[in-house]
Amino acid sequence: MKDYTLNKRKYVIGGFITLLVIIYIVRLFDLQVADDRYKQNAMSNAFLRRVIYPARGLMYDRNGRLLVFNQPAYDVMLIPKDVSKDLDTLALCDVLGITPDEYARKWEEMKDPRRNPGYSSYTPQKLISHLSQEDYGRLQEKLYLFPGFFVQKRTVRQYSSPAAANILGNIREVSAKDVEKDDYYRAGDYTGDLGIEKSYETDLRGKKGVEILMKDAHGRIKGRYENGIHDEAPISGRNLTLSIDMDLQEYGERLMAGKIGAIVAIEPKTGEVLCLVTSPNYDPSLLVGKQRGRNYAELVRNPYKPLYDRAIQGAYPPGSTFKPTQGLIFLQEGVVTTSTVYPCYRGYVNGLRVGCHAHGSPIALKPALGTSCNAYFCWGLKNMIDKRGTTASKQFEKWKNYMVEMGYGYKLGIDLPSESRGFIPNSEFYSKSFRGAHWSANSIISIAIGQGEVLATPLQIANLCATIANRGYFYTPHVVKEVKGGAIDSIYSVRHKPSIKKEYYQDVAEGMRMAVLGGTCRGANLPGIEVAGKTGTAQNPHGRDHSAFMGFAPYDDPKIAVAVYVENAGFGATYGVPIGSLIIEKYLNREISPARLYLEERMLNSNTIISSGVKKH
Amino acid sequence: MFKSLDWMTILLYVLLVGAGIISIYAASYDFDNAGIFDFNEFSGKQFAWAGLGLLLGGAVLLLDYRLYEAYAYPIYGFVILVLILTIFIAPDIKGSRSWIVLGPVSLQPAEFGKFATALALAKLFDSYNFNLNQKLSNYFRALTIIFVPIILILLQKETGSALVYLSLIFVLYREGMSGLVLFSMLCAVVYFVVAVKFADPLILGIPLGEFTVLLIITLIFCAMLVFYCRDIIIARNVIGAYAAAGVVVTVLALCGIEVNGVIFFLSILGAGILYVAIAMFRHRIGKFLITIGFAAMSVMFLFSVNYVFNNILQPHQRQRIKVTLGIVEDLRGAGYNVNQSKIAIGSGGVAGKGFLNGTQTKLKYVPEQHTDFIFCTIGEEEGFIGATAVLVLFLALILRLVHIAERQRTPFGRVYAYCVVSYLIFHLSINIGMVIGLCPVIGIPLPFFSYGGSSLWGFTILLFILLRIDASRKERRD
Repeated sequence: MKDYTLNKRKYVIGGFITLLVIIYIVRLFDLQVADDRYKQNAMSNAFLRRVIYPARGLMYDRNGRLLVFNQPAYDVMLIPKDVSKDLDTLALCDVLGITPDEYARKWEEMKDPRRNPGYSSYTPQKLISHLSQEDYGRLQEKLYLFPGFFVQKRTVRQYSSPAAANILGNIREVSAKDVEKDDYYRAGDYTGDLGIEKSYETDLRGKKGVEILMKDAHGRIKGRYENGIHDEAPISGRNLTLSIDMDLQEYGERLMAGKIGAIVAIEPKTGEVLCLVTSPNYDPSLLVGKQRGRNYAELVRNPYKPLYDRAIQGAYPPGSTFKPTQGLIFLQEGVVTTSTVYPCYRGYVNGLRVGCHAHGSPIALKPALGTSCNAYFCWGLKNMIDKRGTTASKQFEKWKNYMVEMGYGYKLGIDLPSESRGFIPNSEFYSKSFRGAHWSANSIISIAIGQGEVLATPLQIANLCATIANRGYFYTPHVVKEVKGGAIDSIYSVRHKPSIKKEYYQDVAEGMRMAVLGGTCRGANLPGIEVAGKTGTAQNPHGRDHSAFMGFAPYDDPKIAVAVYVENAGFGATYGVPIGSLIIEKYLNREISPARLYLEERMLNSNTIISSGVKKH
Repeated sequence: MFKSLDWMTILLYVLLVGAGIISIYAASYDFDNAGIFDFNEFSGKQFAWAGLGLLLGGAVLLLDYRLYEAYAYPIYGFVILVLILTIFIAPDIKGSRSWIVLGPVSLQPAEFGKFATALALAKLFDSYNFNLNQKLSNYFRALTIIFVPIILILLQKETGSALVYLSLIFVLYREGMSGLVLFSMLCAVVYFVVAVKFADPLILGIPLGEFTVLLIITLIFCAMLVFYCRDIIIARNVIGAYAAAGVVVTVLALCGIEVNGVIFFLSILGAGILYVAIAMFRHRIGKFLITIGFAAMSVMFLFSVNYVFNNILQPHQRQRIKVTLGIVEDLRGAGYNVNQSKIAIGSGGVAGKGFLNGTQTKLKYVPEQHTDFIFCTIGEEEGFIGATAVLVLFLALILRLVHIAERQRTPFGRVYAYCVVSYLIFHLSINIGMVIGLCPVIGIPLPFFSYGGSSLWGFTILLFILLRIDASRKERRD
């Protein structure tokens, strides 16, 4: 039973597929023959796209001293497919100054998919990096003998000083992850690692250029494609001017030699960091060139952790340098006035005892700051937290909010990677740690003197000091002052004002001035410079007390605020005050007065690592 | 039987599979590559699959053709069971649960659903005195056979493989379904593409795409009056009035007075429909009804397109469609594959770069190089000539199969053959359309070419059953 009208439908079906195939063939003709856009797009065998690397941005210190610059280096590149089968390997090794064994090993490394995941025999591959100037010269002359090989000019960093490695950072080859995250990078490119090199990478790196060269079938370069009209010139990276005073930085690093800790100095009016010393430190040129890998591994293994930037990453108990913040909060909250006095019977005695040293009693705020009386601040905190008609939690939250406003407990936002946030607990933290049991001021009394749970970075301490120097405001500390042809982040030009009255800051500053004139900081009383300061001696579970100091000068027109923190070095007055005062004197006078040279001598030569007797954590 | 085998088809089959193995070798070739038959390479494995496939094909030929008729439903039932089982036991591979892992090999049952469904459909049409148009329940039975595997494969999250079964609409068409259905589907695709693609500029206050579709609807309405209803008087009146209205609107627009396009078209179409409906009473025919209905449905379809596109489709589907239609360029996302594939094909030129010399494919620019995008390698290395040759080979095979289908003496053979034809048409048009950037990316293989044992075996069984049935056509009852 055939239906002869339906029979005709085979033409519709056959016609449909024929028409479709014709349409597809027309489309193929369009793609493959008519339109040569796709041919240009495809990487043709006849072209070599050679990347031209831009010069990385230079770095200067605040006085215009050149700190970081570039030096040419040469990588030997090749396209495996184009390397001739009867290459004169011996001649090539002779020119490169390597043995045939080394040469064979380099090839293996290059083709190893684990070391070089982007390997392809059709694209440029790096055989040898960092060829010296002389080797480069010799190779360049003979290059025509070795088809498939070419030389890529790169730059490596050079440093004018062995100091400030923690600030400057260094550069390394990009990892597979970097390439995935940012499509600017190709395997073998360099990127900033640590420090400013990392945080200002996009400013420093510039923009790569490209030149398109023609090759013959043997891979020999025949010249520029269409006289280079398709080439793109590289754009150099932006130069940076740092806020760092490199002379001061070097001086600080010398003072800290043989000690573990940090110095941070800030220009209060701008938030510009004048020096950011961490000790022990390392020479940044260790991380340049061929030996980078080995040196880096050694630095990682070093028990004193030189790669750890204590100035911004170290979270320490602030000790007595914390007391000014307490005075400010008590004044603002009306817990005390400058005439309120508290008793001190060699300590705070109220159900429990926090010891103190000998001084007059009862005592008001300013002399309490001057003599660093523990009892005064414990009483203050007690009266604030245990205030009638409210709860300890609520009062503590108030306290915490003031601390946060003053820059504690969170990252300040310095333009360097890996800043630590320190630690300021909130009321929930205590409710949890006391497992819901009732807690009062006495339960947490040690935070009044900067012990207990609170932790701060030297940067945060220096920032507090700058805020007091400014009598109530600060700018987020930063190490880059100017980006040539760019701009620094606007967050560094916003004035932060904690909600504490200016007059209270004045009161605290007077207390700190008293500490220098007749209190714990007498060692910082410089001839001709009015210094205000505060010592700190922080107990810690790792052995001897940490020695700390913060201070600013001149008293009426502050130009520098400094924080010093020396691990396991004893009283604040033994190391903190001398080092801090030397930094202030050096910065303001550019030299140390003859009367204080003995002090400088002692600081430069002392070693607290040996005497601390502490196993490093 | 040996003599009555269709050797032409077998020749085309061997040519396609052979070219496929060579292409897979080229697609996965690298600088330091092993030989073409190395079992660690895709090409070597495919060679083994092809060898075993030929044995399988031979076995299919040795069986009695009546077996396929007799066991059509049991085979279908068995494959349906396997498909159901697959949903539960298949491991999740990139979101799809369609692979059954048996030791070292993985099989995709969906590929074997094709011949089973074809057999069942053929068996249904072979029932005594079966006529598709006789009663509605016949459509229902045919569509059930088609849609059960579709739903099961959709549940395995293999949208591409499921859509393949929709191509069986060609079989229904050949067996008597109204051509209007195919025509409507074609119109729907055209309306959709035009309406979505041309959002700018505005003409008469509506987007260009919408304007064009309304114009097409009006033209189809007139054309149907002329060629389908064949009523010259009504057609003349309508077309005359429309032409006049068109002139008026154009003149007004030139004078700066714009009539809203939607209002314009709806009013003239409405008037036309009303006129035809009234005029229809004087005649007897239902064809007017269809004409009117077609125009009305078209308009409704147009206005639902935007809703469907923006509210029902998933964002990634929308993105694929937009990329295919060239509305957006998304070279890193949805458009990456297709753009790289176009570059690879386009760089091939007339004669290609030569076997194993394709740089785009060697540098691994195109993903899925040896499976769904295998056609790129051919385009790049063998150029326009090679790619056209492959297309022509496929066309020859399909036309040959249409020829075979029509010479069958039973509905069973004919329907089965048209099923094979439909599958091939769908795979060819979607796969190559996607590689050259004319269709959205739907992951289905190019028959005989793409790497994969399930696909190759599935098509081999499909084809060889047809050859077996065809070889015995003369012994058949009539």
